Amino acid sequence: MRRYSVFAVAREGLRYHTGWERAWRSPQPKKKYDVIIVGAGGHGLATAYYLGKNYGITNVAIIEKGWLGGGNTGRNTTIIRSNYLQDPSAAIYDKALKLYENLSQDLNYNVMFSPRGLIMLAQTHHEVRGYQRTVMANQLQGVATEWVTPEQLKKLVPIINIHGPRYPVMGGLYQKRGGTARHDAVAWGYARACSDMGMDVIQQCEVKGVRTEGGKVVGVLTTKGDIDCDKLGMVVAGHTSVLAEMAGFRLPIESVALQALVSEPIKPCMDVVVMANTVHGYMSQSDKGEMVIGGGTDSFNNYTQRGSFHHIEETVRALVETFPMVSRLKMLRQWGGIVDMTGDRSPILSKTPVDGIFVNCGWGTGGFKAIPGSGWAMAELMAKGHSPLTQEFDMFRFREGKFIDESVAAGVAH
Amino acid sequence: MLLLQCPYCGVNAEETELAAGGEAHLKRATVGDSDEAFEGYLFMRENKKGVHLERWRHAYGCGKWFLAARDTATLEVFGTYPAQTTEPPADVTENIRAKYPDWSWKETA
Ligand SMILES: Cc1cc2nc3c(=O)[nH]c(=O)nc-3n(C[C@H](O)[C@H](O)[C@H](O)COP(=O)(O)OP(=O)(O)OC[C@H]3O[C@@H](n4cnc5c(N)ncnc54)[C@H](O)[C@@H]3O)c2cc1C
Ligand SMILES: [Zn+2]
Repeated sequence: MRRYSVFAVAREGLRYHTGWERAWRSPQPKKKYDVIIVGAGGHGLATAYYLGKNYGITNVAIIEKGWLGGGNTGRNTTIIRSNYLQDPSAAIYDKALKLYENLSQDLNYNVMFSPRGLIMLAQTHHEVRGYQRTVMANQLQGVATEWVTPEQLKKLVPIINIHGPRYPVMGGLYQKRGGTARHDAVAWGYARACSDMGMDVIQQCEVKGVRTEGGKVVGVLTTKGDIDCDKLGMVVAGHTSVLAEMAGFRLPIESVALQALVSEPIKPCMDVVVMANTVHGYMSQSDKGEMVIGGGTDSFNNYTQRGSFHHIEETVRALVETFPMVSRLKMLRQWGGIVDMTGDRSPILSKTPVDGIFVNCGWGTGGFKAIPGSGWAMAELMAKGHSPLTQEFDMFRFREGKFIDESVAAGVAH
Repeated sequence: MLLLQCPYCGVNAEETELAAGGEAHLKRATVGDSDEAFEGYLFMRENKKGVHLERWRHAYGCGKWFLAARDTATLEVFGTYPAQTTEPPADVTENIRAKYPDWSWKETA
């Protein structure tokens, strides 16, 4: 792989950009791999990457039914933060944030990580108490966050109306290290690095069945033929229940649509990410100037990547009160993704009832921020059979009642 | 926009008038049942891509719970029926089989 650098840009500039290589190979599947990962979203690709980088396991295929990054990874609004309440969540999300801080260097691919700061607005007394508690929990976890008053908040976000009639802004939870990154670049950067380690990223190949022998996985049936493996990682977000059914077990997951929308590009007006969870809306400004907006999930099971119109209306209505200028914006595009919601709204990184099958799912509405940490932890789980970062996220916690009391994926996109 | 006919009051209600209640025909776990039974009842879900039998409440109408058969891959509705039953009625099953001839419900499989 030829590395990207300022010299490469200069060199290519002098020869009409004819020397750029393809970022990854498009191989045909081999007969057998040590590890197969189903799903080339951020979490699947990151899992493969850290299997290779941290454990030297490179006889790996990542199998994708569409195009890589075409699932939720390429549909999300790219908010990154690690200001969670419970220790297991803080551990894995902050691991992810720390890896994001160096990801462009590590992958030699610009993921445009932008730690511009993130504020979660408190708009009810309940939220004020909740977020002040989170600030204290974060201090104990070593995650830097702070409480900001409405006046400080107004300085950070001049376009905000803190005196809203229905939900005045009473303060906020501020994480300076939070921000955004370029979603496609995260998938592409990992794919390029995986391909460079000799792994096969196989696109346009749907897994149709899982083969087991004596309670152990032996391979998968795909639209490009049968492929054998010793270990299988299911990392397919909204399609997790479909894959689990192929392998003969069930999960505490329901798939629902989550939508986002972007406005026409405007001049820079907001250089932090703002989330308003009570009214179900949040907003950030992209480098192109578009306001990137997300809201709540639909309430019914859905696999169509198409959400309900009234949720868009609700989201925009909420934002108009808090950011009056939104009322003058034209919206350009709107889209949906299918998110995997677990019984306690926290992710599942776990062994399964089938020997050799591991599952990484349940990131729901908020897993983009977790991609590097999740991949790191899942690779450790698959290579060693256990990981300190995943043990609380076991799928069997629902039987034992050991939930993660977090509402990480609160049904609001973030 | 999703439209479902409430089998009690006959109104063709659109989704803002309704509240979704998740998978239908779950068997309630009770005193003396195993942890697995409780786990199954409380958390494990079919979450089918395809035919999904589910509960709805006509929240801003007559207020009653009813059931619906819907295709989660296309949003097509096969029919709605009252909640006082342990299995989908024949007319709904027929509509489903017209599209999925091999379809069988978990309890009748
Ligand atoms: C509108 C929206 C906004 C969001 N906003 C945020 C945000 O601001 N911040 C945040 O942190 N998170 C956000 N999220 C959540 C985030 O996008 C997801 O948690 C994350 O991208 C999940 O990544 P993944 O790799 O697990 O899944 P995906 O990226 O969905 O990848 C799974 C892949 O598996 C493939 N697949 C499925 N079935 C098969 C099969 N049978 N065979 C082969 N391949 C298969 C799919 O095609 C897909 O590419 C948002 C999500 C949505 C939809
Ligand atoms: Zn009714």
